[in-house]
Amino acid sequence: MPLPSDRIGKRYPPLLYAVGREKVREYAQAVGETNPLHLDLEAAHGAGHADLVAPPMFAVVYCSGAFMGALFDPELEIDFAHLVHGSQRFEWGPLVIAGDEITTVLEFKDTALRAGLRFDTFQSVSVNQRGETVSVGTWTNIIRGDQ
Amino acid sequence: MSSPKVGDEVQLRVTPDRYVTVRYAGASGDFNPIHVDEEFAQQVGLPGRILHGLWSMAQVARALEPLTGGDPSALRSLSVSFRGMGRLEQEIVVSGAVTDLQDGVASVRLDAVQGATKLIKGAIATVRAD
Repeated sequence: MPLPSDRIGKRYPPLLYAVGREKVREYAQAVGETNPLHLDLEAAHGAGHADLVAPPMFAVVYCSGAFMGALFDPELEIDFAHLVHGSQRFEWGPLVIAGDEITTVLEFKDTALRAGLRFDTFQSVSVNQRGETVSVGTWTNIIRGDQ
Repeated sequence: MSSPKVGDEVQLRVTPDRYVTVRYAGASGDFNPIHVDEEFAQQVGLPGRILHGLWSMAQVARALEPLTGGDPSALRSLSVSFRGMGRLEQEIVVSGAVTDLQDGVASVRLDAVQGATKLIKGAIATVRAD
């Protein structure tokens, strides 16, 4: 299986995501969140937040555009028919609140062959409108060879 | 349980309903047909539509709520490896325990299982423990 090793370190253009109140609510409902900070504006206000609080895992939503841009990069030659999500890590900074504008930069960090499987690792760094890093994500995909 | 101690345990039981992958696809933007199209999933050799791994990871995050005291900012990090494929309409049990407490940060180790299938094994979370 060819490895795009010469693309390690490639960074993709920053992608801006505007966090909408109803998107936060929709995501919270889809994952079964019950914490009112994600669902109830009065509860969020009561806890001192300007709007609904995004669940930490909402990071996958504001990162997805940047991540998809890399997945569809022809230089990485990703075989979608054999792609699975291997592992995922997030480290979080300040909370993301509806109304925030989050800019994500994605970098292709590594590609390696292990036991016939290709492991690709990407890193996302997401920053809010005040320049605070709200999350750093490590995304590992596994691509199986032809079988 | 807002100040975690070593040995504290958490557990979350959740049964994904028949349409959860459709709602999650809309919410997350991940419309991979293996999650939403029964016929397509079977054509590529799966037993049927499977759960999004990141939905299952979100359940692991939710299981930590008793340790964060309902403050989402207390969850500092979460790291998971995806194993077996998650199915619809079968109960998932997320369970974990605090394994370490250092400098005001609790480390929690968790697994998510569905019947005999391990969906996520050895997840590690760090939670602020004020």
